[in-house]
Amino acid sequence: MAPTPSPLHPTHHRLRTKTVVLLVLMVLFGSAGDVLLSKGMKQIGAVNDWSPAALARVGFATFTSATVWLGILGLMLFFICYLLVLSWADYSFVLPASAASYVLVPVLGFTTLGEFVSPLRWAGIALIALGVALVGLTPPSTTGVHSLAAPPAAEEGK
Amino acid sequence: MIRTAVFLAVVVFASTGGEIAVTHAMKKIGEVHDFSPRAILGVIGRAFRQGWMWFGFALMAVSFFALLALLSWENVSFVIPATALSYAVGALGAKFLLGERVSWMRWAGVLLVCLGVALVWAG
Repeated sequence: MAPTPSPLHPTHHRLRTKTVVLLVLMVLFGSAGDVLLSKGMKQIGAVNDWSPAALARVGFATFTSATVWLGILGLMLFFICYLLVLSWADYSFVLPASAASYVLVPVLGFTTLGEFVSPLRWAGIALIALGVALVGLTPPSTTGVHSLAAPPAAEEGK
Repeated sequence: MIRTAVFLAVVVFASTGGEIAVTHAMKKIGEVHDFSPRAILGVIGRAFRQGWMWFGFALMAVSFFALLALLSWENVSFVIPATALSYAVGALGAKFLLGERVSWMRWAGVLLVCLGVALVWAG
């Protein structure tokens, strides 16, 4: 059995880099998808009339809206990045790290749209940022799945 | 009250259970090295042939519908902070079901994120 590489081994640098790149893409695609979907649905307007004809109109408007489709595309790209990163990184690393979107969206809203963010919200954003930073200091993978020497069959028994 | 607690538990446990199943499926596929579009499509194709992937999707769907139901009688400002619990439940599941090593530093990060998400939505 091959010895486990030390945390300073180049394998770890490479692993950390690709984990961070995919997490950044996840946060960007996920946030863009959410924002576009929400913008698209607001353009269509609130659903107040629940008659079949009105619902059919809303459904048609939804599926012919370019903004909605861009939002869906964003969420699909988010999910692909999520699957790819989970092929090597810990779930307990990816889950809290992806909460960075809770930081990005209000900060973008504040800086680009001048949206109001309450002090309590800023406190929450600061806690999330600190939490994500702490998780980011831990090794992205602790289960050894990434070891290049091990054939996939050797991992099955776990 | 009991109904709210039951639905909240379903939302939290089904979503984390679903994500853990999806993680398990991806770990069985193994680390992706080739990021060309063709290779990525191949990985997705293999992922969708994993039973655990579909089990994960089923649990996520259960969680989504339970969330919709919950939102029909509770406020978003209560529901979303409460679902922040899934960060802690997810870390527990990762430790005990996936065998990940959750160090004290990772726990501290997870708990801060939990608290932060609850505050962002309560604020």
